[in-house]
Amino acid sequence: MVTIQKYVRAQSLEEAYTLNQTKANRIIGGMLWLKMGSGNINTAIDLCDLGLNTIEENDEQFSIGASVTLRQLELHPGLNSYTNNAVCNAVKDIVGVQFRNLATIGGSIWGRYGFSDVLTCFMAMDSYVELYKAGLIPLKEFAYLKYDNDLIVRIIVKKAHAKFHYSSMRAQRTDFPIIACALSCIDGKYTAVIGARPHRARYVSDNENILKDGIDDASADAFAKYVADNIKTGSNSRGSAEYRTHLIKVLTQRGILSMKEGDNK
Amino acid sequence: MDIQLTLNGKKITDNIDADMLLIDFLRKHGCLSVKRGCETANCGLCTVLMDDKPILSCSMLVARASGHNIKTLEGLQEEASEFVGFIADQGADQCGFCNPGFVMNTIALLRENPDPTDDEIRAFLAGNLCRCSGYEGQLRGIRAFLDSKKNI
Ligand SMILES: Cc1cc2nc3c(=O)[nH]c(=O)nc-3n(C[C@H](O)[C@H](O)[C@H](O)COP(=O)(O)OP(=O)(O)OC[C@H]3O[C@@H](n4cnc5c(N)ncnc54)[C@H](O)[C@@H]3O)c2cc1C
Ligand code: FES
Ligand code: FES
Repeated sequence: MVTIQKYVRAQSLEEAYTLNQTKANRIIGGMLWLKMGSGNINTAIDLCDLGLNTIEENDEQFSIGASVTLRQLELHPGLNSYTNNAVCNAVKDIVGVQFRNLATIGGSIWGRYGFSDVLTCFMAMDSYVELYKAGLIPLKEFAYLKYDNDLIVRIIVKKAHAKFHYSSMRAQRTDFPIIACALSCIDGKYTAVIGARPHRARYVSDNENILKDGIDDASADAFAKYVADNIKTGSNSRGSAEYRTHLIKVLTQRGILSMKEGDNK
Repeated sequence: MDIQLTLNGKKITDNIDADMLLIDFLRKHGCLSVKRGCETANCGLCTVLMDDKPILSCSMLVARASGHNIKTLEGLQEEASEFVGFIADQGADQCGFCNPGFVMNTIALLRENPDPTDDEIRAFLAGNLCRCSGYEGQLRGIRAFLDSKKNI
């Protein structure tokens, strides 16, 4: 467990940002991942007084505060109706309800964990990370940026004519995913985001127009193969690269077939 | 640092270390039902309610709980007594170590969803690990409790 010398509830984003410029200080989200580490934190910077715990929705977008918990994401009617329940399906097996009442979207996205269901799912949407200093950055870009001392204020999801699907394979319900597969069709273009490869999520779009003439068994098979061929997998204690590649095909094919119906705007 | 919170209906002020975990604070204040199982946020044994939501007290700084309302099993005896007998009747507990966390999260489940299906029970209690049973006894106990309410 980490040790902490001082705890501060920041009263402004500027205060949080300034404190976070000192290397020994750390922002705490749900603290679930942070706590598993070791070492000494000088000042733990808590954002809980900054009102970042709400999900706001309008015609254009969802604006999700960094302190919003995974449980809030799971239960939000607007977000789940827009994503065909993909968000709920992405988080519902992350440990347990008690855990999801603590873990935050800010900590989950900042961590850019290879196993992350949250990162995988939000990468499938037209998502942006609002950083205090650097401003708005597309999540697909942020996922591969180096860690620095900025801080996440919100995650923005821009609405589009879209359909989504999320599935994962786990050895057991609350375990880490062996592979995670988020599918989107935004303004007619299909994309697959594959997480837990076991490395950070990568995406492949249907640049060869495999699904252009519609979804049927043959085109779903072909797209699944295309995704599996274009996503590099690796091995770890949860599964081999070969197994993961096989799962990518299965989850993509099933997901695409179930996306035949529905559009969300 | 000084903190103030409401524990089982009583206001408590204390001077704490910045890295004190909520679980240690609660045990220091006599709530011994709150136990450490894994301490890696996996087992649910340390479940308490903060502002009526179930959370893991092993993974939260008590500093963050300052200003909030915390309930442990010690403060929820009456609510628990409605259903724990049904779980015991199924012989669900073997060593019983997981029981306080199970009971706390079952309280949270039944408050949020008073008439859950078996799948909803399984989903809500998935974060409570039991190393002795196969979870079927707990499920049968909660089902028996819910059925008994419908028969009244
Ligand atoms: C036992 C366990 C099992 C898990 N299983 C899964 C799983 O199956 N699937 C899955 O997707 N995830 C899983 N996770 C990860 C979890 O869902 C969260 O993503 C993770 O705990 C980080 O969220 P947090 O709120 O706890 O952040 P913290 O642990 O508090 O912080 C994580 C990092 O982000 C930084 N940070 C936090 N908030 C901000 C901010 N606003 N701006 C800048 N930096 C910030 C912190 O300084 C820290 O470096 C698991 C975690 C644990 C501990
Ligand atoms: S002791 Fe808190 S989850 Fe296991
Ligand atoms: S009865 Fe022993 S851990 Fe559950």
